[in-house]
Amino acid sequence: MSNLTVIPESPKQPGGGGPPASAATRPARARRTPRKIHQEFRTVVSPHQLNSRHGRAIYWTVLVTVVVSFTAAFVFPLYWMVTGAMKTTEDLVQIPPTFLPPQFTLDAYAEAWELMDLSLLLGNTALYAGGAWLFTLAIDVTAAYALSKLRPVLGKLVLALMLATLMIPPMVIMLPAYLTVKDLPLLGWDLLNTPWAIWLPAAANGFNIFLLKRFFDSIPRELLEAAEIDGAGPVRILWSIVIPVSRPILGVVSILTVVAVWRDFVWPLLVLTDSEKMSVSIGIASLSSQMPQNVLIASLVIASIPTIIVFFLFQRHIMAGLTAGSLKG
Amino acid sequence: MRRNVTAYGFLCGALICFAFFSWYPMIWEVVLSFQQTNFVDPPVWVGLENFATVFEDAAFGPAWKNTVMFTVLALVFGYGVPFVIALVLNELRHARAYLRFVVYLPVMLPPAVGVLLFQWFYEPEYGLFNQILGFFRLPGLDWLNSTDTALISLVIVSTWMNLGTGTLIYLAALQTIPGELYEAAELDGAGVFKRIWHVTIPQTKLILLVMLLLQIVATMQVFIEPFLLTGGGPENSTVSVVYLMYQYAFNFGNINGGNALGVMLMIVLMVFSAVYLRVSREDKS
Repeated sequence: MSNLTVIPESPKQPGGGGPPASAATRPARARRTPRKIHQEFRTVVSPHQLNSRHGRAIYWTVLVTVVVSFTAAFVFPLYWMVTGAMKTTEDLVQIPPTFLPPQFTLDAYAEAWELMDLSLLLGNTALYAGGAWLFTLAIDVTAAYALSKLRPVLGKLVLALMLATLMIPPMVIMLPAYLTVKDLPLLGWDLLNTPWAIWLPAAANGFNIFLLKRFFDSIPRELLEAAEIDGAGPVRILWSIVIPVSRPILGVVSILTVVAVWRDFVWPLLVLTDSEKMSVSIGIASLSSQMPQNVLIASLVIASIPTIIVFFLFQRHIMAGLTAGSLKG
Repeated sequence: MRRNVTAYGFLCGALICFAFFSWYPMIWEVVLSFQQTNFVDPPVWVGLENFATVFEDAAFGPAWKNTVMFTVLALVFGYGVPFVIALVLNELRHARAYLRFVVYLPVMLPPAVGVLLFQWFYEPEYGLFNQILGFFRLPGLDWLNSTDTALISLVIVSTWMNLGTGTLIYLAALQTIPGELYEAAELDGAGVFKRIWHVTIPQTKLILLVMLLLQIVATMQVFIEPFLLTGGGPENSTVSVVYLMYQYAFNFGNINGGNALGVMLMIVLMVFSAVYLRVSREDKS
């Protein structure tokens, strides 16, 4: 988990001409000398400017403004959502609104859980995300391994065709994809309202193939050849050498897949129309107009908890996937 | 030879998935747009008739106009602003982890949650936004219910939900700029803004271009906001191309018309995607 280098986690700029660590060298004499703002690396504003009296004042003003405005813009709406669901219907429409719920109640959460059958919806979504994760890993890892290390005839063409799908945004082909799932060509299977409709299309992901193949390409050939001389077949090499050394990229692909399936809206809207099979986003959206406002908000809170937890736990992987995709796209 | 057999054995799962759910639908998209089919009788080739049908639709013009307007407005709010935020964040030495976390938080919410949350905020009487306006003694707005503000309301939701992505990508790009460049510029007497203009922007030019193209491709596919918030209204002021495409297939029972729209959008987006691929290839070399 720690050997991902694409993360903007710890700034590590070459040749950063920052000042020496200030805390240690701070002169003891000046009673009110403010602590130097420590710069680990050089950015637009020079350390000298930053630590002038003027610069310091500007710095703290900007810092406070940014922290306050970010909290207002991104945290406050979420606070309003969580507490809004703790208000009664009457308190919710009160003008002006109260900052804290006047009578603190969790009834709306309980009601949302019951009325919208959230346990079923969350269970469905977990099933779709988990299955998509397994299928994506199994299918995309083997494919990327074959393209990277076994290099069959026409392998380049296959790779080009897979990467070409990145040029066509999925929304644009949603209608024929829907028809395909409804009546699978040659086989005639109807996959609508089955988990397969989510699992298999999730595995057809050119971006995953790209990320995995690029990582596998960087594994030294000698490592695999040594194993081959020892008599290991391709399956064994994949399982005991390639997969163990690829853990970082597997983490990125796993998180990207699970989060994408969990957040997806349009595709499940088309293929999971049965209210027993819906994912949590679709279920809540389809019932939203029939629910009292506080119950709806409570359901929104419950639906966002899993993704927020995943974000807390796997922040590094998520941000690594983000930058890997765009910087090296 | 044996290697090839094994390799294709490893590849077969992916080949099947791509064939069924990516390659085949791409081709079928184009085929269906030239056909008339009800999935019972064999399909009939009708040439450009489906294109003519959607072209004559009263919502066709508004759909393209709104999609382009949405994309442009989303660029105004969602393209420059993250770059400025990233520039400021990169200068800060405190609370970095908190700010990075917070700006990305809305991106992690399921889009349906974000959109329905804003539906509540936009409520004209007791919604959060009009309450805030009222607090400052300003008149409330009709938000989603007025032709003047509906589209911009959708842009606000979309920007709020997606701002974090651009910010973090720019931030990562800014951190790759060597500090010596700033030092050299400073020695030459360049002030802060000159340093941004002559060092930061040229150094991040490619990522700025890539993000521009990616954002255009992403926002031109706007669907969930009009679908959940406005249903394309009021008076077609928020109907988007993808939303109209959805309506053709699932409300008007004319899936071929939907495909015709899809092909048009595909052509437009492929132009941007092709430019993107060119640009990002240059990036590598």
